[in-house]
Amino acid sequence: MQIPAPFDYERASDVANALVLLERHGPESRIIAGGHSLLPMMKLRLARPEWLIDINDLAELDFIRREGDQLRIGALTRHTTLLESADVAELFPIIRDAEQVIADPVVRNRGTIGGSLCQADPAEDLSTVCDVLRAQAVIRGPDGERIVAMSDFHRGPYETAVAQNELLYEIRFTIHPRSGSAYEKVERRVGDWAVVAAGAAVGLSQDGTIEEAAIGLTAVGLDGTVPEAEATLRGRQPHEDLFIEAARIAAAVCHPVDDQRGPVDYKRHLADELTRRVLRRACARAAGAQEG
Amino acid sequence: MTITQEHAPNPAAGDPSRPIGFGRLQRKEDPRFVRGKGNYIDDIVLPGMLHGAILRAPVAHARLVSIDTTEALAHPKVLAVITGKDLQALKLAWAPTLSADVQAVLVTDKVRFQGQEVAFVVAEDRYAARDALELIDVEYDMLPPVIDARRALDPGAPVIRDDIEGRTDNRIFDWEIGDAAETEAVFATADLVVAQEVVYPRVHPAPMETCGAVADFDPVDGRLTLYETTQAPHAHRTLYAIVAGIPEHKIRIVSPDIGGGFGNKVGIYPGYVLAVVGSIVTGKPVKWVEDRSENLMSTSFARDYIMQGEIAATKDGKILAVRTNVLADHGAFNATAQPTKNPAGFFSIFTGSYDLKAAYCKVTGVYTNKAPGGVAYACSFRVTEAVYLVERMVDILARKLEMDPAELRLKNFIKPEQFPYANKTGWVYDSGNYEPAMRLSMQMAGYDDLRREQLEKRERGELMGIGVSFFTETVGAGPRKHFDIVGLGMADGAELRVHPTGKAVVRISVQSQGQGHETTFAQIVAEELGIPPESIDVVHGDTDQTPFGLGTYGSRSTPVSGGAVALVARKVREKAKFIAAAMLETRPEDLEWEKGRWFVKGDPSVGKTIAEIAFGAHGTVALPEGIDGNLDAEVTYDPPNLTFPFGAYICVVDVDAGTGHVKVRRFIAVDDCGTRINPMIIEGQVHGGLTDGVGMALMQIIAFDEEGNCLSGSFMDYLIPTAMEVPDWETGFTVTPSPHHPIGAKGIGESATVGSPPAIVNAIVDALTPYGVTHMDMPCTPARVWEAMQGRARPPV
Ligand SMILES: Cc1cc2nc3c(=O)[nH]c(=O)nc-3n(C[C@H](O)[C@H](O)[C@H](O)COP(=O)(O)OP(=O)(O)OC[C@H]3O[C@@H](n4cnc5c(N)ncnc54)[C@H](O)[C@@H]3O)c2cc1C
Repeated sequence: MQIPAPFDYERASDVANALVLLERHGPESRIIAGGHSLLPMMKLRLARPEWLIDINDLAELDFIRREGDQLRIGALTRHTTLLESADVAELFPIIRDAEQVIADPVVRNRGTIGGSLCQADPAEDLSTVCDVLRAQAVIRGPDGERIVAMSDFHRGPYETAVAQNELLYEIRFTIHPRSGSAYEKVERRVGDWAVVAAGAAVGLSQDGTIEEAAIGLTAVGLDGTVPEAEATLRGRQPHEDLFIEAARIAAAVCHPVDDQRGPVDYKRHLADELTRRVLRRACARAAGAQEG
Repeated sequence: MTITQEHAPNPAAGDPSRPIGFGRLQRKEDPRFVRGKGNYIDDIVLPGMLHGAILRAPVAHARLVSIDTTEALAHPKVLAVITGKDLQALKLAWAPTLSADVQAVLVTDKVRFQGQEVAFVVAEDRYAARDALELIDVEYDMLPPVIDARRALDPGAPVIRDDIEGRTDNRIFDWEIGDAAETEAVFATADLVVAQEVVYPRVHPAPMETCGAVADFDPVDGRLTLYETTQAPHAHRTLYAIVAGIPEHKIRIVSPDIGGGFGNKVGIYPGYVLAVVGSIVTGKPVKWVEDRSENLMSTSFARDYIMQGEIAATKDGKILAVRTNVLADHGAFNATAQPTKNPAGFFSIFTGSYDLKAAYCKVTGVYTNKAPGGVAYACSFRVTEAVYLVERMVDILARKLEMDPAELRLKNFIKPEQFPYANKTGWVYDSGNYEPAMRLSMQMAGYDDLRREQLEKRERGELMGIGVSFFTETVGAGPRKHFDIVGLGMADGAELRVHPTGKAVVRISVQSQGQGHETTFAQIVAEELGIPPESIDVVHGDTDQTPFGLGTYGSRSTPVSGGAVALVARKVREKAKFIAAAMLETRPEDLEWEKGRWFVKGDPSVGKTIAEIAFGAHGTVALPEGIDGNLDAEVTYDPPNLTFPFGAYICVVDVDAGTGHVKVRRFIAVDDCGTRINPMIIEGQVHGGLTDGVGMALMQIIAFDEEGNCLSGSFMDYLIPTAMEVPDWETGFTVTPSPHHPIGAKGIGESATVGSPPAIVNAIVDALTPYGVTHMDMPCTPARVWEAMQGRARPPV
């Protein structure tokens, strides 16, 4: 049994209370949601919070709501809930694609979208997904609420715009017509973190040309999406040659590192291969959405 | 004899699901496991029990400058902190290994691998013990490590074992077998020779339950009760007596339910010894249970063989000879558990299932700054490495000859009439009938259709591979004149008592780690005595309650203890005859046996059942001269030879050409383990072993960086296959009994672990044929497969 360093624990009764507790217990207090990132790190004594503020009772943070042109997802929504949501599957198939390959059912039953984004592990799948969907993060703190674009949310590995005394409240996704998205990941084994993964989202115009595009890559040291490749796609008809061109750009701009999962050249190859695959699928889905 | 029918259900049983004797039977141990009522090391709680934790070295090679334990000792819940110096005073700093080497219990001079034991804290609870580790201050003086086994013998390489007088290099042993000159002569005149370096990387058994112990030393009568995760309780008792100087009759080893062993729990680990020392020092029971990282980083690994293989053949595909030169990485201490005369275990079975003219191998064992071991992971004493080598080489030869790999094997098998077959490295294969097993697996697979499908797919650029392997194992060590571990002959005892009401208890020396001994051994007695298995209790895992024997590993339980149990039951049956004769007032030679009963020849209505005889034995009947008033017996079985299970495996894979990802689509396993006692248990063993095989072939390696940091110290990095990576196993069997084993059984525990990796790798290499790939080493991760496709396959070490 791996044993964390000593810590204290308190359960928050609502969001306001959670913020009070964070303030009260100071800089060494941490939110705990599903615990599937924080607890392993504590057991290895890589993380040593003095206080854990448990937000698992905050049902107000566990929701998926479709409102107007937005899908709003509460920070405490579990992976499994996302995987099983019909709205998510219909509007943002990339989320379901990703959820199918995140960890295993045991982890998915507890792990949350908020925890995933706040953990900001470079191999975190939902970070890429939110980047690609150009999501917005709703953050609550002692001074009230602020809304942050994904591009500002990520501050590098394991760092986000959420300050120690703040809480990620909700993630908002804008619904576009004639859009499609997809995610694909290569892993050494089911439940393993990505060797590399890619996500894409596209919006088509009436005549089928690509109006809006986003490409993201996981575990290859990329900040945000790949604007260069996205620019190439915009205004052109979806076509295999175009996907190849965009994928080549994406592969060139990422910064993979050599590790147990593979060498740099392989990861770059995967960035290329997987980008092509997700673009193909995202465009097909968008075209399908157009027809249907 | 080869039959492909399931052992016929015994009509006497009535209900075929509850046979009296051999046949499918749900395991007797399962009710307690499925209800969470197992009793594992960590379930054991003794009054006043304290908890131990080990401080481990963060580096691979460093001189120990100083240890300061003051702060740890000041922790309010800490009772003792033990260092190497303390152990030196007790003459316990070093303990003998199972291979005539010594291993540090706690570091005294220098650290020799990352994760090595440096100090032991005993505290009131396990949390305090763990916290106190951080209060120990250790100063190290870094030394250059030896990590790459290929560089271990370089002149000027740092000498790891400078504790051993006169050591000037890192060589542990050179061992050879076979006729070098004869082999060279065959190679020199052969039409064709192919050579390939084949690496079997370091892997780890990773049992679900990690290692642990609860030591309870009674200072009043000097008695030690040690609850331990051990596969060999009796051998451990003897070793503790020799090492610690506690008289053997004062030591009781209890091995409760064990959550998987796979060889990981054969040796004596420093943690066990430290729990004992902790208990002696504090006068209280001490529990020590390692965590997952400790298990992966410090306990016995497996494999780590770099094998230069060569195979010689005629141009029409007759295999003539196999030769290999092996570099074996044993880590910092030679702690591999092998029979004394076999430093490379039973690797000399690399001659495989083929009728060769010559064979030769040389194995060089070296020290490196890595965890010691090399015993483990269902390896049948290195049979795993041997089978992998020869089955890769035969496939490489098939490619060179442009011959179908199944056909090449069929052409070269030892023929049924050649058994018992003496191979070129000194083994006598007891029995075998290879072709029917191979043909059955091909038929189950639909081999020809698969090859057609593969051709069609290749036209479309899709990568599908079909891999074949055929293995012969040598298990059941073994005849005591040939095999011992630290001088203890590898024979097993068994005791059987039939109580007055006809219920029985059989006491065995081997210890189950999940193999289902409580069921299988009851079925052997049931088969011999005709009383139902549920009326027979199997006692194991407690040295105070069981006869001496060497333990469960190397697939030896059924070949050795299974023989012992059959023989002890026969002894009881024979004794029952004399008692029955007295009861029936007739002569023993006038009685005839039918399952469960002695009756008068020619008058079957007059007879006595075993239960009646048992009551008679303890009753008032006058017993004949020399017959004691009980129905008990004991034996020690020294097997005349090992047994040689075999099997034919076929694997079908699909490889994603864009990512290198391998999907095992189908796996067909035909096993021949001789007489089949409980087919359900056999299938369970095969399913587990095949899953292990997928793990090793696709994802597992205990890797190190250049400084000797272990990169595989958790299950995030050391991957265990899940249900998602394995197909539905398709199992089949043939039955070729062992001629010398009392019931003809051969052992099945490791067959699938041995036989599956070559089938999987052969399938992957076959799939990659369009890319010109002729070999790649495990683990076949997506990245490594992709590299092979680029023509850049590289060894994992
Ligand atoms: C075996 C295993 C495999 C995994 N595989 C994958 C994988 O393949 N892909 C993948 O993407 N992930 C994977 N994960 C991670 C998993 O998705 C986690 O659930 C997730 O990363 C964290 O979510 P959580 O709710 O468990 O967060 P926690 O562990 O509870 O918290 C993580 C961090 O976020 C902070 N936090 C949590 N919620 C909030 C909030 N509302 N506001 C502010 N801060 C907050 C915490 O303080 C902590 O610092 C795996 C995890 C495990 C254990």
